[in-house]
Amino acid sequence: MFADRYALAHKVYPYEKSPDQDRAEAVRHPVVIVGGGPIGVATALDLGQQGIPVLVLDDHEGIGTGSRAICFAKRCLEIADRYGCGERMLEKGVVWNLGKVFHRDDKIFEFNLLPEEGHKYPAFINLQQPYVEQYLIERLRTLQAEGAPIQLRGKNRVDAVEDKGDHVVLDVMTPDGPYKVEADWLVACDGASSPLRGMLGEEFTGKVFQDSFLIADIRMKGDLQFPTERWFWFEPSHGEGASTLLHKQPDDTWRVDFQIGWDVDRKEELKEENVRRRLDAFLGPEVEYDMVWTSIYTFQCKRMESFRRGHIFFAGDAAHQVSPFGARGANSGMQDADNLGWKLGLVIRGKAPETLLDTYSEERIYGADENILNSTRSTDFITPKSEISKIFRNAVLHLAGRAEFARPLVNSGRLSVPCVYDGLSLNGPDGLPGGPERTRVGAPMVDAPVGGKWLLEMLGGSFQLLTIDAEAPETLDVDGIGVTRVAVSAAGNPELAQRYLGDARSAVYLMRPDQHVAARWESYDEAALRSAVNIATGRA
Amino acid sequence: MSKLNVAPNIAKPDDFYARLLAVHEGRSKEESDAINARLVLILSNHIGDAAVLDEALALAADG
Repeated sequence: MFADRYALAHKVYPYEKSPDQDRAEAVRHPVVIVGGGPIGVATALDLGQQGIPVLVLDDHEGIGTGSRAICFAKRCLEIADRYGCGERMLEKGVVWNLGKVFHRDDKIFEFNLLPEEGHKYPAFINLQQPYVEQYLIERLRTLQAEGAPIQLRGKNRVDAVEDKGDHVVLDVMTPDGPYKVEADWLVACDGASSPLRGMLGEEFTGKVFQDSFLIADIRMKGDLQFPTERWFWFEPSHGEGASTLLHKQPDDTWRVDFQIGWDVDRKEELKEENVRRRLDAFLGPEVEYDMVWTSIYTFQCKRMESFRRGHIFFAGDAAHQVSPFGARGANSGMQDADNLGWKLGLVIRGKAPETLLDTYSEERIYGADENILNSTRSTDFITPKSEISKIFRNAVLHLAGRAEFARPLVNSGRLSVPCVYDGLSLNGPDGLPGGPERTRVGAPMVDAPVGGKWLLEMLGGSFQLLTIDAEAPETLDVDGIGVTRVAVSAAGNPELAQRYLGDARSAVYLMRPDQHVAARWESYDEAALRSAVNIATGRA
Repeated sequence: MSKLNVAPNIAKPDDFYARLLAVHEGRSKEESDAINARLVLILSNHIGDAAVLDEALALAADG
């Protein structure tokens, strides 16, 4: 028997003895995912939806307590939509657009995310992580009931891993004792302190920031409620922290985040009386509230040298870690799942060479580096690391209240947007003169309403040819990879025209299963398409 | 007569800000102060226009 490392909010996958445990020989699985958090389960959904057998091992029996990640960005919601749970996240989540920035007691400016019309999902929702995990696991159960080959085993802790080059052997501990599991492919989604990464001796390097933050999630009592906005204070005059963030969550809950410095006594700071002292100073003594969850975190910006090691992949926080400013943790982890799923599916089915899997690391490191750069800059602004950088920071804040130019320099977090895989290996030709920048080759799809439907719902899961006022065959087989046509017209769909045609009169887009643009042209050419499919699947 | 432009005018503000701070990296406070003073003089010369400079001086001194 082994003890839980953390308390559970919902025990949704209690331990059950698997027949694997009684066999003399270890059972070989095509894919084993270690970690039943959001990224592990999302990866399982991606593979399960493709009909690829997948086994998820988690050392607990359900979802941990605590709000943890609370900001989910549009691209993350779009990926969740493909996995069948985006709508539930949107329904429960809080949509916000307005942010206010304060320096000491003065509001220096406010910003509106100004959501562009014509998207199924908003720029952001706030939603506690346990809800996200719950919806993902419920979707997993639905898929299982429909016959998808997904297994999820609780209280299955990986104690040792042996990299055999072309497969992996795991020593798994359970309440009934140990057993061995073999995997053709292993995906490590076991979090920021990834035990697998440690067992395999992989480096995790980067920058540790010398500051700590105290999170207090509170539920207001009585009539006083704050608006659904993001409020950020630099050097708040209540004195309980060098910065403070206030952000709405569902269930009348607010996230309050105090920057409390590096040398803190965690145990002391987390005592309810001490947390309440800070909250009372911030909210005023007359405000009544219940404490929902408290935590102290420090953070680091780190990543692995490669997210692939032979038959082993690392995804989510196990592969890369960023500071929380900008909500780039869970959001980028979902993009890892989205990127790995179809590539692994093609390789397992023998339709693409194993070298395709190197591009998982190539593309997601590109994304991780962009996220690390942005979140490091935010951190350097929020917690200036030298006297002169604090002088500049405060000059920017001072001017931001008086001169508009200084506002774009204020950095309290650059909110997560997906990266464009500019110039990377899988990109085909960009042959659409006058085509919009935002849907260039390498970009993730941009949603648009099309004849009463969402483009988002028409794309994804396989290679597709999006034709806009252009002719093309309905289906084409490119050496075992099927490409199906999605035919739309710009007539009556102005957003589509603006986002995909630009100055062009017609367009043909080759879309990858993860909804990224693989190539685009003005009109269909079979030889060009075949070549682009081969490039996008690592066969050229 | 020109007016001081206080509208955002830098294409990638985060990139610029990072480069600005990079210039100061590893410098003592005294060195940084000197760099800032030189920068003000260089940019002032580039602007040249007395009315614009007066406006900028007033904005910087306010507060």
